[in-house]
Amino acid sequence: MNPVAAGPVADVIAACLMLLGALSCLLGAIGLVRLPDLPARLQAATKPQTLGLSLILLGAALRVELASAVTMVLVVLFQVITAPVLSQLVGRAAYRSGALPDDGLVVDELAEHLPADALVGDDPPSDSDDARA
Amino acid sequence: MGVVFTAVLAMVGVSAALALYRLLRGPTTLDRIVALDVIVVLTVVAAGVYVAYYRDGSNIPLLAAVALMGFVGSTAAARLAARRERHR
Repeated sequence: MNPVAAGPVADVIAACLMLLGALSCLLGAIGLVRLPDLPARLQAATKPQTLGLSLILLGAALRVELASAVTMVLVVLFQVITAPVLSQLVGRAAYRSGALPDDGLVVDELAEHLPADALVGDDPPSDSDDARA
Repeated sequence: MGVVFTAVLAMVGVSAALALYRLLRGPTTLDRIVALDVIVVLTVVAAGVYVAYYRDGSNIPLLAAVALMGFVGSTAAARLAARRERHR
């Protein structure tokens, strides 16, 4: 087996990356418990977790052979692409279901583009189109 | 290196426990979906620590599969949860 980087320096770098990543995961989880409402928790659930996953898999990638390291970079790339998608979906679902506190939004640009009864009535057109397809 | 891996796994374990608290506490279904997604990411992280500790790349496809399934599951659950909560 032929690791990407060998020697004590590489070990120290990998250890630092993994510790930083674990710290980031921990801070994100603390935010998930402590923050007051859903949009704030979404921040804590996506960005620190993605950063922690990236750092830990980067540290691990230094210690395995090149083919495995490339696959781990792909996993990180996948997470970076999908985390905003889930965040956007959950945020939109929270807005549409009325779970957000009314005074929590400084700017509400989405309301200007939705019909007035969209929040309490049937599905808005953009939502029902792809749901029935 | 053993101390480092112990510390990393301890932090990841505490993170998972905190996410589990949010999963049980709620209060809305969307909060639980977010907490479950965090737990899936932490599972991938723990598998990554295993890879680094044993220098064993054989379970890296599992990492990709778990990340993929977590995304698909969370997305589907978010859509369904939004639909159900609107009828309250």
